[in-house]
Amino acid sequence: MTEAPLLDVQDLTVSFAGAQSTVTAVDHVSFRIAPGETLGLVGESGSGKSVTAFSILRLLQPPGRITGGRVMFEGRDLLTLPERDMRQVRGARISLIFQEPMTALNPVMRVGDQIAEALTVHGMATRADARRRAIELLQAVKIADPVRRVRDYPHQLSGGMRQRVMIAIALACRPPLVIADEPTTALDVTIQAQVLDLMRELKERFNLALLLITHDFGVIAEMADRVAVMLKGRLVEEGPVRQILRDPRHDYTRSLLAAVPGRKARG
Amino acid sequence: MPLLDVRGLVKHFVRTQGLFQPPAIVKAVDDVTFAIEEGEMFGLVGESGSGKSTTGRCILRLLEPTSGEVLFRGENVLAFSRSRMRLARRDMQIIFQDPYSSLNPRMRVGDIVEEPLVIHRLGSKDERRARVAELFELVGLEPGHLARYPHEFSGGQRQRIGIARALALNPALVIADEAVSALDVSIQAQVVQLLVDLQRRLKLTYLFIAHDLRLVEDICTRVAVMYLGRIVEMGDTRALFAQPSHPYTRALLSAVPALDPDAPRQRIELDPSSFNREAPLREIGSGHWAAI
Repeated sequence: MTEAPLLDVQDLTVSFAGAQSTVTAVDHVSFRIAPGETLGLVGESGSGKSVTAFSILRLLQPPGRITGGRVMFEGRDLLTLPERDMRQVRGARISLIFQEPMTALNPVMRVGDQIAEALTVHGMATRADARRRAIELLQAVKIADPVRRVRDYPHQLSGGMRQRVMIAIALACRPPLVIADEPTTALDVTIQAQVLDLMRELKERFNLALLLITHDFGVIAEMADRVAVMLKGRLVEEGPVRQILRDPRHDYTRSLLAAVPGRKARG
Repeated sequence: MPLLDVRGLVKHFVRTQGLFQPPAIVKAVDDVTFAIEEGEMFGLVGESGSGKSTTGRCILRLLEPTSGEVLFRGENVLAFSRSRMRLARRDMQIIFQDPYSSLNPRMRVGDIVEEPLVIHRLGSKDERRARVAELFELVGLEPGHLARYPHEFSGGQRQRIGIARALALNPALVIADEAVSALDVSIQAQVVQLLVDLQRRLKLTYLFIAHDLRLVEDICTRVAVMYLGRIVEMGDTRALFAQPSHPYTRALLSAVPALDPDAPRQRIELDPSSFNREAPLREIGSGHWAAI
């Protein structure tokens, strides 16, 4: 990597304090993401990949607590930033796309208003202007008839369209970094293909860096430039996507890849 | 004679749409016909709302079909009385997707596995206990854990408990409805291997309902693709994956992410006007059928 990293996570450590014992969910995890780059973070349930993402944005709920490390982003350590400044980072400089758009969207608010809110909250647009931008953003995520759709409520949209709205909200402030936590896991495979194609196109267009959290090596192969593999809170292997998929070094990565169906038939 | 022979199966749901509107009829399963030979691993694939799970439930009469025939060893189970159906269910069992909601949290896992034997009044208490221990071993669980509760087990172990329960009555047909979909990939691989091993050891026949095409390609001998309540294509797994012939099958297969970052991405978009939804299945190759 010749370019200076956009995000530089150093020795991030997160613990969950229980009644009897403390569990280290993320254990000295370090990685970097360059501008415009996609890092795929893979692992199974409980590996700590989502906790890592939430910690970067300091959205961790108690009893989870960041106990060490630094998260350098645009020259500042996000872990020591006052909460007021952190609010200017979330959504505006780093935004988050969740797995389940139905729970992430506000069910009683029109989707256009939710996109507009993302803009006005960060002072990126006036109210009148935000409405126009909302329509543009729906157009950018390829929702047909955006002028009519801005007035829809989330329940009036299909799962794929809801995820497109989530992406529109995430992109509203043109952040340089997007964290996507299993963005297509809840979708049917044909819808997933459309959403992945869209994300790839938008990444190019806006030069987005992406931290893509997934358990699906197919999604990794389609999207990632580099891959980091997590196991029980630790990064066990990291490298360019082709190397990880074709010549994994760590036993865990090998066993994980061997378990992926569909390799038997195609050899 | 096939073990299971489904003919013209139809399941309509009637949905009321409000006071002044006529009720809408949802054709969840719309004239579905297929047969499974003894010992086969038959895959039924499709996306949400395709009707694949409804088909599975109609076969067991967990849902009452609107019309059609379900022949099991040549007899139409849809004509069976309640008591006769109860007897028939010994031979036809189902494994559900969610290992968290399908096990009663207040029952010990040994009792959960024993329950089908109790309901069917099979064996003495000691014989049943011995059978449960044997089943635990069969699916790779510790017989020493019989007295534990479901919450003490991981997702993969719970799915093994569900499998042990399904096998308690020595069924001939097992319907696996997204049985491994909720599991992590490494656990999924282990449970799939268990299902394959059990098939060989117990000469089971599977109807394997799934949305994961890569998994179905790996383990099923034949596969049927459902779209909006109908089977649009059916055939030997290898032939169907090598030469998908229905526009929907082509679109579906092209959407599966390749595991090779350099594989050419050639998405085929489905154009619903490019095919006739009412077209019947016709044989386009040896044992390969498509509704085109």
